[in-house]
Order: sequence, then C-alpha cells, then structure tokens
Amino acid sequence: MIHAGLNTYVLLSALLFAIGFFGVLLRKNTLVIFMGLELMLVASTLALVAFSRFNGTLDGNVFVFFILTIAAAEVAVGLAIIVALFRSRRTVQVDELNALKH
Amino acid sequence: MGSFLFDFFAIFTVICAVGTVVNKNAVNAAMCFLLCLVGVAGLFVQLDAYLLAFLLLLVYAGAVVALFLFIIMLLDVQGKSAVSFKRLSTVAAVIAAGLLAVGLCSFATRGHLDAPNPNYASGVGAALKPYAYQLFTTYLLPVQIMGFLLLIAMLGVIVLSKKVEPTEAAK
Repeated sequence: MIHAGLNTYVLLSALLFAIGFFGVLLRKNTLVIFMGLELMLVASTLALVAFSRFNGTLDGNVFVFFILTIAAAEVAVGLAIIVALFRSRRTVQVDELNALKH
Repeated sequence: MGSFLFDFFAIFTVICAVGTVVNKNAVNAAMCFLLCLVGVAGLFVQLDAYLLAFLLLLVYAGAVVALFLFIIMLLDVQGKSAVSFKRLSTVAAVIAAGLLAVGLCSFATRGHLDAPNPNYASGVGAALKPYAYQLFTTYLLPVQIMGFLLLIAMLGVIVLSKKVEPTEAAK
C-alpha cells in the first residue's frame, strides 16, 4: 500500500535537490561541496523511483541502478583529484584554489 | 501506519540533508549524509524498491561515505571557515534561492501529476528477476559501457594518486 501521492514524493525530491544545490553554492570546503553534489544525485534517484513505482514500470529503477554506478566512479575520481590538489596546494578551500583566476 | 512512516522518513531525510550542508565540521557533515541516505533508503522501501534500498545502503553508505571519511581524516582539514561572501556570488545565490522557492511553492500548491493508482499497479521493483531480465536484454549496451567506464575510472584514480617521480632528465 502506498499512502503518499506522487506529488509528495516529487516535492520531497525537489526539496532535497535544492538543499544539495545550496550546499554546492554556499560552502567553501571542497569535500562538503562534493557531498552536496552527491545529495543532488540521491534526490534525483528518489524522483526516478517514485515515477517508476507510480507508473508500474521498471525503467526508472534500472536508471537508478546506473546512477549508483556512475556516482561510485565519480566519487572515486573526484576524491583522488581533491587529494592530488591538497598535495600540491596544501588546502581544500575553494577560495584559495584560484590559480586559474589570475 | 504507512503514512506515519512516510512522514517520519521524509522529515528525517530533510533534517539530515540540512545538517549535511550547514555543519561546520566535515566529519559531522559526512555522518549527517549517512543518516540522510538511510532515510532515502527507507523511502525506497516504501516505494517497493527493496533491491535499490539495499544497494543504496551498500554502495553509498558502505563505500562512498566510508571513502569520504577516509579522505577527511587523511587530509586532516581543520574547520576554519572565514566566511567572506563575495558580492557577485551572494547576488547569484539570492536569485537562485528566490527562483527555487517560487518553483517549489507553485509546485506544492498547483502542481498536479496524473498517475494511476499505485495500489493497482504491480510493484515491479520488488523482485530481483525483472531487474536481471531488463539489464541483460533492453539495457545490455549501457551495462557494457558502464563496465568500461568503471575500468577507466579505476585507471584514472591509479594515475592520479601515483607519486610523481622526478625523471632522469630532471635529476
């Protein structure tokens, strides 16, 4: 039995996406920005699963399967880049990573 | 009972997501992110996607958050945050916040997505067999590409994290 409507699920997903978006926009720590990105991915998967369930198809669920795989690869590469950056610059604050700006 | 569970998991997820974003300490943010993922997994269970809930906990909570915590401890970043908002980015953030708030409000009040009654639609995400059938028939090419992508990502991580040795010419 499902008690909440499709609107509620999509609204919740949009809210989570907005929270992650503001994390990306306002935080200065690269690691927390990265967590905001992951939050946005998870929010989109919630919408996909809800659409899939309410329409009785499996396609949304399979796409979530792929998104999980992509996210795992993305996290591995992104964190490797952050570590390489920290090795050369000794910081992870985006304010101080401005070599391309000047 | 089901409605109460939905409300509980939804509120729990949103609170933990806000905690992830506003926490000053990166370790606490990662812990909030972990709890947020548990909440999303609970919502997946209510949508009959048991396999995806399990995979979310396994891949995200088990591997991704653990990786985040490892990196945070490896880098040992102190949570110094001299918050100095630049004018341009503040203006951009305010505009984005306004647009998002208007969009969410209009969707919450007037949005209406037509959907068949889910209690008549079969919970196709509940069993494992349909997944396997779909993945190896309709989505066979994406699965192959995904495997190749994972291989490339692994090679990329190895190259990125290798120590750069000075070359013979530099010596």
